[in-house]
Amino acid sequence: MSGHATYVPKSDAGKWLEKRLPIISLMHSAAVSMPNPRNLNYWWVFGGIAMFMLIVQIVTGIVLAMHYTPQADMAFNSVEHIMRDVNWGWLLRYTHANGASMFFIAVYIHILRGMYYGSYKAPREVLWLLGMLIYFLMMATGFMGYVLPWGQMSFWGATVITNFFEVVPFIGDDIRILLWGGFAVDNPTLNRFFSLHYLLPFVIVAVVVLHIWALHVPGSNNPLGVEAKTKQDTLSFHPYFTMKDLYGIVLFAIILFYFVFFNPNFMGHPDNYIPANPLVTPAHIVPEWYYLPFYAILRAIPDKAMGVAGMFGAILIMFVVPWLDTSKVRSAKFRPAYRIFFWIFVFNGLLLGYFGQVSTTDNFLGIDGITNLIVSRFSTFYYFAFFVVVLPLLGLIEKTKPLPNSISEAVLGEEGAAEEAADLAAVDAKA
Amino acid sequence: MNNLSQNITSVIRKTALALLIATSVTGAAFAASKVEGAPEAEHVDWSWAGVFGTFDRAQLQRGYQVYKEVCASCHSMDLVKFRNLSDAGGPEFSEAAVKALAAEYEIEDGPDVEGEMFMRPRLPKDAMPAPFANNNAAKASNGGALPPDLSLIAKARGHYSFKDLFMGRDGLTGGSNYIYNLLVGYEDEVPEYITNADAHFELGDSNFNNFFDGYKIAMSQPLYEDSVTYTDGTVATLEQQSLDVTSFLIWAAEPKMEERKSIGIKVLLYLIILAGLMYAVKRRIWENIKH
Repeated sequence: MSGHATYVPKSDAGKWLEKRLPIISLMHSAAVSMPNPRNLNYWWVFGGIAMFMLIVQIVTGIVLAMHYTPQADMAFNSVEHIMRDVNWGWLLRYTHANGASMFFIAVYIHILRGMYYGSYKAPREVLWLLGMLIYFLMMATGFMGYVLPWGQMSFWGATVITNFFEVVPFIGDDIRILLWGGFAVDNPTLNRFFSLHYLLPFVIVAVVVLHIWALHVPGSNNPLGVEAKTKQDTLSFHPYFTMKDLYGIVLFAIILFYFVFFNPNFMGHPDNYIPANPLVTPAHIVPEWYYLPFYAILRAIPDKAMGVAGMFGAILIMFVVPWLDTSKVRSAKFRPAYRIFFWIFVFNGLLLGYFGQVSTTDNFLGIDGITNLIVSRFSTFYYFAFFVVVLPLLGLIEKTKPLPNSISEAVLGEEGAAEEAADLAAVDAKA
Repeated sequence: MNNLSQNITSVIRKTALALLIATSVTGAAFAASKVEGAPEAEHVDWSWAGVFGTFDRAQLQRGYQVYKEVCASCHSMDLVKFRNLSDAGGPEFSEAAVKALAAEYEIEDGPDVEGEMFMRPRLPKDAMPAPFANNNAAKASNGGALPPDLSLIAKARGHYSFKDLFMGRDGLTGGSNYIYNLLVGYEDEVPEYITNADAHFELGDSNFNNFFDGYKIAMSQPLYEDSVTYTDGTVATLEQQSLDVTSFLIWAAEPKMEERKSIGIKVLLYLIILAGLMYAVKRRIWENIKH
């Protein structure tokens, strides 16, 4: 999909720059002339939405950092100072806090879309790996950001999660001391978390650039999972997809700002409005909602070391999905059996999220004798089975439906595709 | 195969949705279910709830009076400054009134030119006075229990339920209903529904409250009928005082709520119109494009 750098500088300054640093033509080919499959549906706008959310987080975060104090005795009150005394401080903080959640929602949908349509398959494995790296960095950034207000959940969440590293053989204790900057979660921990929370988003930006580059080479996958081959299969990125993405971003912003203005604390935890107190443990330590499925996996596994391995494994296993899936067909549209397993996987993920925040000993939906713990073990089993059993085996035995010859044929019909090809040829001949 | 799989997919989707709804509904039901015979917590219809909700100024002023005359003898409110009492969207006392209210208390200042610390009347810029010098002093005077600071108490209690997702209920209604019910939920003696459920229940030095987790609360009943005499002539029933002070605590925790909501409505209207325009442009561009 090379050869679409159609940008020709018109002004003298443009020509001057193009000779020395062809950055404008690079951007032009990435965001204007890039041919995109014409049949992308609305699930494809979440990449643009995630990018928008990243920018929102960085902009609000930088301004918040101007008013925040990363010191254990002052952090909590400095956040309240932002809420009460800084002009528009409440808007910045609520946007940043809810923005983190909405960023994760966008990214989760983006990932699931990739899984449904097989976007990770060759030649897009590196694109997928980079995306997973972004997700992993987001998890780390989100966790450290949640520690900064230094409320009860900040403090105890940090304590629980840093203690996971204890199970690493030989160097576990050293890792923990390095994370803490001492022998418990304390002021040095807050300082380094703040520093890293400021750093990682820019690392994410760098990986996003690579992610887009890796997208640029093979081009976007599409709902049919058939590669775009001819000109009539694609449309230029601008104006078709810039406009579609912008529309999606505005719709998404409506949801974001509904929470910011009318329900800003919904996705938080009341205990985080209590200043951190190392002497008082909250009744239930619950992580941010976007970690809940993984937290449920941790709790479902009886052995602590295995639980931690399971939790991190649940994230790491997603990196190798391109090599686990043996199916030659990309899109679930033509994989009737995969589609079923996929939707069970989605539902199972939501269920794990539910188990992450309820008591393990309570009965599941009030059914006598069946505890949440038992059901969450089945959920955990399915989570991993989906990757290590379903993905490899299903590709070998599934009877897939016939694929269309091309995107244009599927969209326009055989005659339409021929007409469009003739039209495009005529335009080319004129040029 | 095709039809079958589509049917199965649709069944799974519907079951998933039904289960999701079921879990959220039963979750709420469990949170509400208590020991048999226990009184139901009241859900107050707050004036400030909802997308268009605003505080009742007179209520906030009465609530401040309750805080000042009753709560403040044990509870601090460190994050609220006197000047906030005249801010828009709050009790909106006049600036002169706030000056007078602040001047009722002293604060240590200094050092002066001779290096001495001195006491001076509080100014609007100063925080509300704390009843105790430090946490240890507070505990010593309260039988070992620490009266929490009330600046954020309304956001630090209660829990956010899925019902809060709609109608701009703000997640604050959970905390406010909790506080209100706690204030009116005291009993002089352990009620029968407790002794029926648990014969070994012992109150000890604690006080009994129907709506406190575990029923045993260190704080003795703070409000009774006519604990304060309202300057605006409102009859000071226990319920009235509890409603007033709870609203005041909500304001103290969320002083920008009115500003937030009024801007929010404009922002959302703007975005909805923008989305409409975006959609129109998008449609126009894609008009003759099959996709």
